[in-house]
Amino acid sequence: MIEPWLAVLSGLFFSAGIYLLLAPHLLRALIGFALFGNAVNLLLFLSGRVTRDAPPIIGEAETALKAGAANPLPQALILTAIVISFSFFAFLLVLAWRAFRDLGAEEVDGLDRAEPRDRPAPPGGY
Amino acid sequence: MAAPIPNLSAALNLAAPTSASWLTILPVPLCFSLAAILVILRRHSILQPVIATAGLLLLVGLNAALLVAVIAEGPVTMVMGRWLPPFGIAFTVDLTSALFTLAASVVALAACLFASGDIDAAARGQGFYAFLLLLMAGVCGALTTGDIFNLYVWFEVTLIAAFGLMAVGEEPEQIDGAWTYALMNLVGTALFLATVGLLYARLGTLNMADLAREIRAGEGAQPGMTLSVLFLFALGLKAAAFPLQMWLPAAYHTPRLTVSALFAGLMTKVAIYVLLRLFVMLMPLQREELSLLIVTAGAASMLVGALGMLAEDDLRRVAGFGVIAGIGNMLSGLALGSPGGVSGAILYALHSMLAMTALYIAVAGIGRRLGSFSLGRAGGLYARDPLFAFLCLALFFAVSGLPPLSGFWPKAILTKAALDIGAWWLAGAILLSGFLTTIALARIFLLAFWRPAATAEIGPAASGTAALTLLVALIAGFGLLPEGVLSLAQEAAASLSAGDAYVGSVFPGEASP
Repeated sequence: MIEPWLAVLSGLFFSAGIYLLLAPHLLRALIGFALFGNAVNLLLFLSGRVTRDAPPIIGEAETALKAGAANPLPQALILTAIVISFSFFAFLLVLAWRAFRDLGAEEVDGLDRAEPRDRPAPPGGY
Repeated sequence: MAAPIPNLSAALNLAAPTSASWLTILPVPLCFSLAAILVILRRHSILQPVIATAGLLLLVGLNAALLVAVIAEGPVTMVMGRWLPPFGIAFTVDLTSALFTLAASVVALAACLFASGDIDAAARGQGFYAFLLLLMAGVCGALTTGDIFNLYVWFEVTLIAAFGLMAVGEEPEQIDGAWTYALMNLVGTALFLATVGLLYARLGTLNMADLAREIRAGEGAQPGMTLSVLFLFALGLKAAAFPLQMWLPAAYHTPRLTVSALFAGLMTKVAIYVLLRLFVMLMPLQREELSLLIVTAGAASMLVGALGMLAEDDLRRVAGFGVIAGIGNMLSGLALGSPGGVSGAILYALHSMLAMTALYIAVAGIGRRLGSFSLGRAGGLYARDPLFAFLCLALFFAVSGLPPLSGFWPKAILTKAALDIGAWWLAGAILLSGFLTTIALARIFLLAFWRPAATAEIGPAASGTAALTLLVALIAGFGLLPEGVLSLAQEAAASLSAGDAYVGSVFPGEASP
C-alpha cells in the first residue's frame, strides 16, 4: 500500500510549493511553482490506482479492467500536464531572467514599475 | 489469418456527422491554421492584419451559423475520433456556449480592427496577430468543449497565447505585469487541474454530460464540498473575484491596450462561463450550499471594483477595476441560481465582453489623443473630437448600467432576481455599485472631455474609431432592442439549469435524468 505515503508526499509538495510561492525572492517563487506543479501531477497519478499487478488490457471476453489493474487514463493526463507545466516553467524562468537583467529585480519588491508607490490621486474637484 | 471484424457499434459512432456538428469544432482548426500561417508570414507586416481580419470575420460567421444551428436543433455534439462518449472527447455546444463564442469572436474582431492602428510593424514581427488567433483557438475550445480535462488544456492554450501577447512590446513595466499575471493564472490553472484529478478519482469520468448525469442523479459518489470549494477558488482566481482580484489591475494596464482590451473581454469571462457550466449544470446542489460564499464574494467584488474606479488616476487602471465590478455582478447572478439570476449573469457576461473591450479601446483613444493616461492632466477632448466624445458617453452609460443601453437590462434582471428571494442587501449592493461606477465614469467625462485643455495639444491626430463605433453600435442595438437577446439568455439559462438537453445531445437515446 503505497498510496497513503504518496498522498502525504503530494501534500508535502503542495505545502512546500505554496510556502515558496509566497516568498519574496523570484527564484524561490519559481521553485515553488515547479513543486506546486509536481504536487498536482502526483495527485493526478494517485487518482488512477498505483499498482502493477495486472496490465491495463481488457481481454476479448471481458468488458472491464481486471481487478488490480491501474487505470491508464490519469497517466495520459499527467503526461499532458507535465509537458504544459514544463513549458510554463521555462517561460517563467525567462521572465525572471528578464526582470533581473532589465529591471535589476531579484525580489518581488523590485517589481514596482507597474504599480509605483507614489501614484497620484485622482483630482478631487473640477 | 483474417480475424473476424468485431462489431464496433458499441464503441464507435458509425453514422456520418451532420453539418451542424462540424460547426462545433471548425472554429478551433480555423484559428490554429491561421495562427500557423501568420507565424510563417510574420515579416509581412502589411499582409498580417488583412489575413487576421478576414479570418476573424469568417470566425464570426461560423459562430453565428453555430448559434443559428443551436437555436434550431438544440445542443449539438461532435465526438473526436467517432468514439462514443464518455470515451471520446466530446465538443458540445449548447445555447450558452454558442452565445459566448459569438460574443468572443466579435470582441476579437473589434480588437483586430483596433490593432491595425495600435500595433506597429515591430509588434507584428513579434507575432501579435498569430497570438491573437491562437488566443481565439483557446477561447473557442474552452467555450465549446464537453470534457473537463480538455477544458484545462484549452485554458493552457489560452494562457500560452496570453503570455505571448503580454510580451509584445518593450516597456519595462510589462515584465512586472507579466510576472503577476503569469504566476497568478498558472497557480489558478494548476489548482483547477488538481481539482479535475480529484473529481476523476471520485466519479471516474471527465465528460461533462456524464458528470452532470451522475451528479444530478444524486446516487453514488458526489463531488463533495472540498472539490466544489477548490473549483470556486481556482476559477475565482482566474475571474478576478474578491478577495483574489488584486492581480488584475496590477497587470492589465501594462501591455499594449489592444491586448488589455482583448483580455478584458475574453479571459475573465471564460472563467465565468466555466463557473456557470460547473455550478449551474454540473453541481446545482453544491452551488446552493456555497451560495452565501459566492454572493459575498460577488457583492464585495462589485463594491471593491467600483471604489477602485473612484480611487485611481490612471485611466487604464480605472478600466481594470471596472472589469472587477462586472465580475461581481455575474457572480451574484450565479449565486442566486434562479432562472432570473442565471440569465442575468449570462446577459451581463455578454454585455461585459463587448463593453469592457470597448472601455479599454476608449481609454486607448483618450491616451492617444492626449499623450497620457492621467485623469488629472486630461482635458479638452469634447472640443477636439465630438464624435469620439459621443461614442465614449454612450459607452459610459452602458458600463454604468443607465437605461437606454445594454448595461441596464442585466442589472435590472439581477436586481429583480435578488429582490424576488428577499435579498434586499444584494439588490442594494448592485445598485450602489452601479451608482459609484456612474460617478467614476461621469467624472472621467467631466474632466477629460468637458474641462478645457490645460496644455496645448500634445497627442497626434485622432484616428481609429472604427472598432469603437462597431462595439458601441452593438451595445446600443442590444440596449434598444433587447427582446431577442433577452429571450435567448432566458432560454440558455433554462437549458443550463435543466441540463437534460445537453446530456441528451451527448448520449442520444438514453433516458434523461
